[in-house]
Amino acid sequence: MVEIPLTHSIVLAAVLFLLGLVGLLTRRNILFMLMSVEIMLNAAGLVFIVGSSRWAQADGQVMYIFILSMASAEVAVGLALIVQFYKKFNTLDTDAASKLKG
Amino acid sequence: MNMADLLWIIVAMPFTIFLVLAFLGKKLSANLTAIIAISGTGTSALLTILLGWSFLGSPPENYSLSSHLWEWMNAGGLITSMSLRLDALSLVFIFVITFVGFLILVYSTEFMRNEEGYARFFAYMNLFIGSMLILVLADNLLLLYLGWEGVGLCSYLLIGFWYKDPANGYAARKAFIMTRIGDTALIIGLFLLFTEFGTLNIADILSAAPEKWASGDPTARLAAFLLLGGAVGKSAQLPLQTWLPDAMAGPSPVSALIHAATMVTAGVYLIARTHTIFELAPLAQNAVAIIGATTLLLAGFSALTQRDIKRVLAYSTMSQIGYMFLALGVGAWSAAVFHFMIHAFFKALLFLGAGAIIMVLHHEHNMFKMGGLYKKLPVIFWTFLIASASLAALPVISAGFYSKDLILWETFASASGGTQLWFLGYIGAFITALYTARMVFVTFFGKTKIEPTQRPGLRITLPLVVLALFSFAGGFIELPHTLGHVQVFSGLMQHALPHLEIRDVAESSELVLQIITGLTSLIAVGAAYVLYIRRRSWTDSIRNSTLVIQIHRFWNLGWGFDTAYDTLLVKPIVYLSRINKNDVVDLISLGLSKAMVYFNKLLVYTQNGKIRWYMATIALGAILTLTISILL
Amino acid sequence: MILAGLIFTLLIGGLFAGLLERRFKGIAKWISLLALLFNMGQLIRIWLGYSRNFLIGTNEKMYLVLRKPWIPEFGIEFHLELDGLGLVMVMLTGFLGLLSLLVSWNHVSKKVGFYYFNLLWTLAGIMGVFLAFDLFLFYLFWEVMLVPMYFLISIWGHSNRTYAAYKFFIFTQLGGLLMLLSLLGLYFIQGSESGVYTFDYWKLLETSIGPAQSSWLMFGFIIAFFIKLPVLPFHNWLPDAHAEAPTAGSVILAGLLLKTGAYGLLRFVIPFFPEAAQSFALPAMILGVCGILYGAKLAFAQTDIKRLVAYTSVSHMGFVVIGIFAFNTLAMQGVIMQLVAHGLSTGALFILAGILYERTGTRDLEKLGGLWASVPRMGTAGLILVLASLGLPGLVNFVAEFMILAGTFTASKLIAAIAALGLVGAAIYSLRIMQKVFYGTEKSKTSISDLTFMETIIIAAVVFLLLFLGLYPSPITKTVAPSVQEIISNTEKVKIGEVHQILYEEITLEAANGDH
Repeated sequence: MVEIPLTHSIVLAAVLFLLGLVGLLTRRNILFMLMSVEIMLNAAGLVFIVGSSRWAQADGQVMYIFILSMASAEVAVGLALIVQFYKKFNTLDTDAASKLKG
Repeated sequence: MNMADLLWIIVAMPFTIFLVLAFLGKKLSANLTAIIAISGTGTSALLTILLGWSFLGSPPENYSLSSHLWEWMNAGGLITSMSLRLDALSLVFIFVITFVGFLILVYSTEFMRNEEGYARFFAYMNLFIGSMLILVLADNLLLLYLGWEGVGLCSYLLIGFWYKDPANGYAARKAFIMTRIGDTALIIGLFLLFTEFGTLNIADILSAAPEKWASGDPTARLAAFLLLGGAVGKSAQLPLQTWLPDAMAGPSPVSALIHAATMVTAGVYLIARTHTIFELAPLAQNAVAIIGATTLLLAGFSALTQRDIKRVLAYSTMSQIGYMFLALGVGAWSAAVFHFMIHAFFKALLFLGAGAIIMVLHHEHNMFKMGGLYKKLPVIFWTFLIASASLAALPVISAGFYSKDLILWETFASASGGTQLWFLGYIGAFITALYTARMVFVTFFGKTKIEPTQRPGLRITLPLVVLALFSFAGGFIELPHTLGHVQVFSGLMQHALPHLEIRDVAESSELVLQIITGLTSLIAVGAAYVLYIRRRSWTDSIRNSTLVIQIHRFWNLGWGFDTAYDTLLVKPIVYLSRINKNDVVDLISLGLSKAMVYFNKLLVYTQNGKIRWYMATIALGAILTLTISILL
Repeated sequence: MILAGLIFTLLIGGLFAGLLERRFKGIAKWISLLALLFNMGQLIRIWLGYSRNFLIGTNEKMYLVLRKPWIPEFGIEFHLELDGLGLVMVMLTGFLGLLSLLVSWNHVSKKVGFYYFNLLWTLAGIMGVFLAFDLFLFYLFWEVMLVPMYFLISIWGHSNRTYAAYKFFIFTQLGGLLMLLSLLGLYFIQGSESGVYTFDYWKLLETSIGPAQSSWLMFGFIIAFFIKLPVLPFHNWLPDAHAEAPTAGSVILAGLLLKTGAYGLLRFVIPFFPEAAQSFALPAMILGVCGILYGAKLAFAQTDIKRLVAYTSVSHMGFVVIGIFAFNTLAMQGVIMQLVAHGLSTGALFILAGILYERTGTRDLEKLGGLWASVPRMGTAGLILVLASLGLPGLVNFVAEFMILAGTFTASKLIAAIAALGLVGAAIYSLRIMQKVFYGTEKSKTSISDLTFMETIIIAAVVFLLLFLGLYPSPITKTVAPSVQEIISNTEKVKIGEVHQILYEEITLEAANGDH
């Protein structure tokens, strides 16, 4: 098995993270924003996995499981909020929901 | 009954009547109100005469009576009580207050008959008489101050009695506030005396003062000047005199009682009462004489130019009190009190007469619109004439001659007086006779311009006649060496007030001076006769020159004091308070809250509610942090 | 237990009034009345006992004490004591509380239960402040009186109430915070000194503090009390709060809340920091004098009758400051008289202003005038109260001002003389009220009704007290005499201490000279 160089995985993670960030910043649909957040989370998870395999430690994988569970919880709550959000504003555009501004 | 017990009954009577009228005034009929109103002071007057009789007949120990009622304040070394003390000086005062007060109340029952607030008027009048009695009977300065402020209050209430006219309210407030300025000086004087002596009991202070202070001691001088401040305010002397002419806005009986006979002489009483302090402060005592002499002249000139008959009398009152101050200032204590008494009789009479005239002439105050009244209103004319003779000090036949002559002679002869002061008083006597004669001639002689609507009734004329009797005969209880040498009054006064120190003057000069002053007042009357009856054209031609018009206006407005106070004090203070109505200090906290709101606005931009914006800033922040941590 | 009863009657009464009003309409005011009457009865009973005590001449320092452990870990006790000073203040609280209840009897329309809850809790807080001898407890009551007062202003006040309520709350809270800091400072200094951490008043009194520390700690207290009093640069919350509060609120604010500031100065600042306070005396007196004159000037400028009366409070409280910092018995007695006098007369003036507002719908002096003809009884009441405010002899305000000024005069002639000018100012603004409201030409055509029976009773009660105490102030001066003596003796200890030190130095000098 050919070892994938560490840098490749990190670059991949960085690209994924940036993709997620750009998606978060450019998309106005809250559903897509949630997805972008997921991508960013997974990018972070990827770095953990890579690190874990690089140093042959289980910690990184444990962290990834944490992230995974947290992400699922977040999606559960987030989707529920999105449903309420849609009911209230009849749109999924986040800019419409700036009622909490100071 | 114990004589001392009479004292508090005399004081309590008017207060009781005040309470009765204040609580029940609305429910009583006018006649009943009138009877109740005069009963209290009437009783007090009777009791005073009774008390005076026994006081003179069998004088008590030390020539004083005292009656302790209850302890007023007792804290931190300050012990004052509600105690009354009667001596010869206060006896004269309570006699005048109750007796003249009673006559004026009788007069008022008819005079005020058709006015709204009949009961209110008498309630105030009784409150006044009660307070005035406290003032002169108080055995300590604090109680005196209570009476002092009480009479000031009544003066305020009665000047503004016809409250619907804002001008009356203005005059009332002016009177109260100007006298309050003097009162403040007085109360500071009280603090000083209390700090020095640890007591406010008058007798204690007067007996301790000569031991504590040498003559001319600066503290004594300060105390005397502070007391003088109070006296000057209450007695309408320079420089706090401007309220008195305006105070004529009140009903005429008020002017007679408060602003002629009693309250305005409270200053004279105060100085006479605290004479020891003034004797220890020669500078202050000289100031009293100079203030008196100046006021009597300024007010005399002003009286000469007034057209409103009550304002003539007001300025005349100022001028006559000036004589009393002059007498006090040269140490002629007894003469001052004597003039006070005579003045109370004739000036009350003049005001009551003027009030009656004004009443029957449709509230006309301008005497140049009156005229020819001597046939229409004979009783008023004759009584008014007697009082005027007293005011003008016509020799031998009038009471005023004896009191004023006594002052002039003692001013001349006093160790602290002298020719200059005498001369000022002498000029004043001439002017007094001149304006008095002018007033009488213009009002009663010449053509009738307004027909009187009615003849005043018995309740108005009777007090006039009684007062006329006193204005005529009152002088005979104190006659000079040269004319009979009767010394009833000064014989009484010597128990309360010290003797005059006479400098070395020739015996004969007394007679010479009497003849001079007597002739002078006759000449003045003659001059007025020529100017206002015989040769009206002369007066007119004199009055047409510009200089005379200027001076006339200046005098008429009371030597510009009002204008000066207005521009120097009243206007700046009113202006200052108007521009600072919203309180500059508030700007500090207002500025703080404004700054808070401003910073809040700044921070609000960071919370615009747009999630993507938040994300961008988070990302930016993360990048920034990373960069900084890598670079460093 | 009577002391705790005084406070808890009000607290529990307030709770019941607030809760039961929902169920039984109109019951809240009766419960409040019952609670206040019960308290008044207790107070009169205490006062009778107390006066017997001082009449016989027993020399008991305190009359009533209640100590119960509360949070022993921090040395906090439920500790109430009542001496002459406290008794006078508490009686004033009871009396004015009753008045403020009676004036709101038929005039509360919204949230009735909550209104009476707040009223009683404020009063309870004030009573607690006057009774607490544990500094933590004191601070607690200090806050208890503040919050309900905030609600009273912000819910039942006039048009600009929210602003006024905020301002009032922030100012007092700021002061309270500084006081808390000083209080904790005192607590820790005393604790580290003696090893026993306690908030007990008497223990803390024994703390010896260095001069620098003591002046810092003193300023914490002083600012809190100066804001409350209020003294010149901190006074500007007062006109807003007084003018916007409902009538009962104004009565309590002017009559009682301001007094807690003066009480604090007397009870805490002077005994705790006698030296620091004496070195601060001159600036404090100058502030007081400025307050007298500045307050009078502002009162003169106002056109809103409630604001006018509010500024007169600033002026009158200036006398309190100079009296306290004159450090002598006479002035101190005068200060307590002034607290009573001002509480009664200004409270009643606010009641009268409330009645006027209710009848005419305006508080603007320019729109009023000539009311004497239609409402003579109200006019008479106004006249007497105005005369009280200008310090006419015969009314208790004069007794107070005279004592203060005479006492101050022995301490500083100039300060007393300038302060006496305030009497002229008082005449000017007071008579302006009479002129603008009752005299002059009638401005409005609609005639208004005169005082009702109840209103007459309320005002007459105040007037009677003003007159009675004005002519016979001994019931108060004698009641507070031992307390005043104690406060003064504390400051005199300082003077004696100084003398000792000087003597000691002289002796050592002599000894040094003797060696040669």
